[in-house]
Amino acid sequence: MSLDKETVHRIAFLARVAVPDDQLDPLSRELSGILHWIEQLGEVDTTSVEPMTSVAEMTLPWRDDVVTDGGYPERVTANAPESQDGFYLVPKVVE
Amino acid sequence: MTALTDLTIAEARAGLAAGDFTATELTEAHLAAMEARAGLNAYITPTAERALAMAKTSDARIHAGQAGTMEGIPIAMKDLFCTNGVRTTAGSTILGTFVPPYESTVSAKLWDAGAVLLGKANQDEFAMGSSNETSAFGNAVNPWTRAGDPDTTLVPGGSSGGSAAAVAGRIAMAATGTDTGGSIRQPASFCGIVGLKPTYGRCSRWGIVAFASSLDQAGPMARTVTDTAIMMGAMAGHDPQDSTSAPVAVPDFAAAVEQGVKGLKVGIPKEYRPEQGLSPEIDAIWAQGMAMLRDAGAETVDISLPHTKYALPTYYIIAPAEASSNLARYDGVRYGLRVLEEGDSLNDMYCKTRAAGFGAEVKRRILIGTYALSAGYYDAYYLKAQKVRTLIAQDFKAAFDGGVDVILTPTTPSAAFPIGAEIDDPVTMYLNDVFTVPTSLAGLPGLSVPVALTSEGLPQGLQLIGRPFDEETVLRAGRALEKAAGFTAKPRLLEG
Repeated sequence: MSLDKETVHRIAFLARVAVPDDQLDPLSRELSGILHWIEQLGEVDTTSVEPMTSVAEMTLPWRDDVVTDGGYPERVTANAPESQDGFYLVPKVVE
Repeated sequence: MTALTDLTIAEARAGLAAGDFTATELTEAHLAAMEARAGLNAYITPTAERALAMAKTSDARIHAGQAGTMEGIPIAMKDLFCTNGVRTTAGSTILGTFVPPYESTVSAKLWDAGAVLLGKANQDEFAMGSSNETSAFGNAVNPWTRAGDPDTTLVPGGSSGGSAAAVAGRIAMAATGTDTGGSIRQPASFCGIVGLKPTYGRCSRWGIVAFASSLDQAGPMARTVTDTAIMMGAMAGHDPQDSTSAPVAVPDFAAAVEQGVKGLKVGIPKEYRPEQGLSPEIDAIWAQGMAMLRDAGAETVDISLPHTKYALPTYYIIAPAEASSNLARYDGVRYGLRVLEEGDSLNDMYCKTRAAGFGAEVKRRILIGTYALSAGYYDAYYLKAQKVRTLIAQDFKAAFDGGVDVILTPTTPSAAFPIGAEIDDPVTMYLNDVFTVPTSLAGLPGLSVPVALTSEGLPQGLQLIGRPFDEETVLRAGRALEKAAGFTAKPRLLEG
């Protein structure tokens, strides 16, 4: 499957990565090359094969639903580009 | 007397216990070597002050008879492990200023065992790469060069390239790595050291910057199998903070090392000798490895892992899909880079931040992963890859159920290559991991041991693959190879 410019543009927005127009063509060629190589998987008969979601043969453990950590907003927000009073600041969102 | 930087961990522990030298002297020797060999670019963030303070604490603990298993041993920590108060970049611009307010479980265990942090090791960005060239902090350099060609700089492999370069270059006694598709084993092979990817679940992933969560696993890199086993013991163990960390006991890995291979059945998979592929030289080194294990009392048997050739394309759906999801968190809001210009919307900020913060390979994988998970393509790509992954894991299970104890393969299809040689062609770069990716997909332990020098004078490793949670057999077989190979060659950088 080859990806055209429009598809790459759409995926890039889904992934929230800005791609300049002049890079759409080379990028779609690169991605198409990788996908083309991946498509050899089509040769494998996977009828009635279960998909593997985890290699670990274990059931996920349960724990009590209690708070075990926290109470230090200043540490949590210390790496934020912008924060105030224990909150993260983002540009105004008006829909 | 051997230089302090040339000692193994086992030798250094004995020397520290006997009072031949102090942990401070051992750390100072490494800090001096780090400065002398700064050209390797093995460290993104050296931590000399912290190292000296930790060494001083180790000296006190040794003096008080409270030494841990890694007491006073100076190590490099891959920059993917969050270290409390020490910048952790994951090799990326987007985390260029990130200082974690917490410690990863594996690094915390190593400090508890007494290890000393020399610095944060260079790596491919978000562990995506096989040459360390995708690092936003410049590539680490392989201390090895080709015989008669000292001017061509070679890659150390990746993604744990800085870790491997540091250990081979004697500017760390050992290092942590992480391995998603070969990121410990391939650089270990390229730099002539030992590297172990443990069973998925053996080490906690808590506090390790996530790449592909169903594959990522931390492991040790060192210069001998025994050192690797010692460090493995300090890193392993169940952690309630990682729901995929296995609640199983940690064996005495170091005690297993010398148990020999008499009576072991060693599987030789025919699919690792592809008709179009394996170089005669690597094939010959592989045959040497088989002979070494047979001479030590093991039996080699031919086995088949029929889905081997589909492992790489499977991996290049699953790993990017998980990465695209994991890396969604880098959005310019909670940590790391933010690019925001006057009048920008929230979406503009996300898009610009991620465009500026991620390098080309990371963006490629995010886009491939996003596509594979997107509506209409999920079944064709992601679900298909998950099903093939089942078949790949079943191949290994059938081999082990058939009575094989361990599997021997080459670690890589070639020795280290020059910087810049493969970076322009993603698929060529991906092929570096052709022998390591199947093990990762099956979640099995894999060990790379340096066995020989190629005709170019470069180290080449062989890989041993074991049953789930049977690192002990893998280490035993690795020690048998190490003993027989007598690999004592050193990088030319360190000669005269």
